[in-house]
Amino acid sequence: MAVIEIKNVAKRFGSYQALHDINLTIDDQEFMVLLGASGCGKSTLLRIIAGLETQTTGEVWIGGRRIDHLPPKDRGIAMVFQNYAVFPHLTVFENIGFGLRMQKLPNDEVKRRVERTAELMHIEQLLSRYSGELSGGQRQRVAVARALAMEPDVILMDEPLSNLDALLRMEMRAELKGVLAESNTTAIYVTHDQVEAMSMADRISVMHEGRIVQAASPIEVYRDPAERFVAGFIGNPPMNFLPAEPTGAGQWRVAGQTLKGPDLNRPLEFAIRPEDMTLSDAGLKAKAKVVEPLGAHLLVTAEVDGTLFRAVLDSDLKVSPGDVLTLAPTPDRIRWFDPKSHHAVQ
Amino acid sequence: MNAETRSSGRFLYTASVVLLCAWVIVPLYLLLINTLSSPETVNSFPKPFWPEFDLGSLSFFAGFEGMLTALKNSILVAAMTMVMSIAIGAPAGYALSRFDFPGKGLFRLLILLTRAFPLPLLALPLAVMFIRTGLDDTVFGLALVHTTLAIPFSVLITFSLFSGIPIELEEAAWTLGCTRLTAFTKVVLPLILPGITASAIFAFVISWNEVFAAAVLTIENRTLTAFLLQNLDTSPLHLKFAGGFILVVPALIFIFAVRKYLFAMWGIANR
Repeated sequence: MAVIEIKNVAKRFGSYQALHDINLTIDDQEFMVLLGASGCGKSTLLRIIAGLETQTTGEVWIGGRRIDHLPPKDRGIAMVFQNYAVFPHLTVFENIGFGLRMQKLPNDEVKRRVERTAELMHIEQLLSRYSGELSGGQRQRVAVARALAMEPDVILMDEPLSNLDALLRMEMRAELKGVLAESNTTAIYVTHDQVEAMSMADRISVMHEGRIVQAASPIEVYRDPAERFVAGFIGNPPMNFLPAEPTGAGQWRVAGQTLKGPDLNRPLEFAIRPEDMTLSDAGLKAKAKVVEPLGAHLLVTAEVDGTLFRAVLDSDLKVSPGDVLTLAPTPDRIRWFDPKSHHAVQ
Repeated sequence: MNAETRSSGRFLYTASVVLLCAWVIVPLYLLLINTLSSPETVNSFPKPFWPEFDLGSLSFFAGFEGMLTALKNSILVAAMTMVMSIAIGAPAGYALSRFDFPGKGLFRLLILLTRAFPLPLLALPLAVMFIRTGLDDTVFGLALVHTTLAIPFSVLITFSLFSGIPIELEEAAWTLGCTRLTAFTKVVLPLILPGITASAIFAFVISWNEVFAAAVLTIENRTLTAFLLQNLDTSPLHLKFAGGFILVVPALIFIFAVRKYLFAMWGIANR
């Protein structure tokens, strides 16, 4: 049982506030992804949990035990690094067994656990090789096996797939998810790749400028962004935004069209995902600028009322630059944001 | 015009390379010829093109009074210098590469500045201090001075070695059950051992070649360089050649063996 509780953790580097008052609870065996652009503090938070960085204030608890004052080796964690950090002077076998040897486990137990994890990661034929004789993908597998062999309560991963090429990354993504689900460990996974986050996570914590702006399931983060930042960050392409003026009784004027929305009497921002619109007789008038056929669908970059606007349409449609499209937003997919606080409005 | 310019450029290039090589190799070659010739040949002219492989000069050198003691002293001082400069320099190199501390830039500069201080200026106060403390004319005293000379290099070489080891390797070791110390001994040390050896050998060579401090600070327990200097005007020509040869060869071999690590000191990639 390893619930991770992060309580009021903040981190300063000199005058730079890297993390502001982070509070987060990660359930036992949950797969939590910390997602954000570079410099948002996600790696710093992970390193604080690992004990490689010391928080300025706050507490970290793992499995009901306060661990923020302990050295990394006493925290019950294992970590996978972005550059793999496979020890170059040891064989794959000794790399995977490194932590077990440090625990002074008997030889046959080390051998049993190394072989089992190597098999799990499909690297049993590489056990006698050195890191220099491995490809990037194989090194990645060694690094994961080394962490798993420790049978830790918590496994921490810092952008483990970002040094792999696209195809390998997709393959490893699915494999890692499967392996971790079977290992019954709590996992924290740092990435800037939203596809990775969406496909692997039980829950995503979206981070921005040292704060967690939303922590929710992938589909909730995607469908109901809590802040405008999340809406503009998640999704490829992300949500479209247009200014909206209230005309009374829950009616809103958006780019010359009248739409139904929340019953409020102050300006809001209308938001819609590019794929949540259909060509129709009535709707937003969009002048196509760039048309990109992507095979599965058609990505149209257009202008609505002078604002950049993207739509993902059926690939059978014939659209040319300069065409004026009438796009009807799917009513239950429309979201509204407060332009001042940037929070979502129901 | 192109072919002509290219060929003259090529000629210039080749000529410079030949000249530079000759600059280094010809004196070494003459040294070799004269060392491996009989004392008679050494004093005659012209010289043979091929060495005679006569060990007369070398055996005369070995039999010269005080020479073997001086050789032993040289080795002792150099070995002590080697050990002390690594023991002091490597931790400094590690600290410079891994930690941020106030005054780090100044510290690096100061390390280099120790080499800017002319030794002759220090010689008199040093000699006085050594006589007061009883360190004068001892192998250990001289090794201390040589260590001071060698430390800047051992700090800079080990600094670049440690910097070449990703911090993640250490961090990974920490998360896998190591303390800072065991991570160092189990992960960092095995990886930099060749480089440390190189740096140690370089310190050895610095001490081995040093003559000024050795000549000033020792009287009875002279090192080979100081001994040869002392006997320069009284000793026969073949002794000088043999002594020079004995001094040059180990230094050459050692420097050749560790050359890639010396490049590393200046930040040139060593792999």
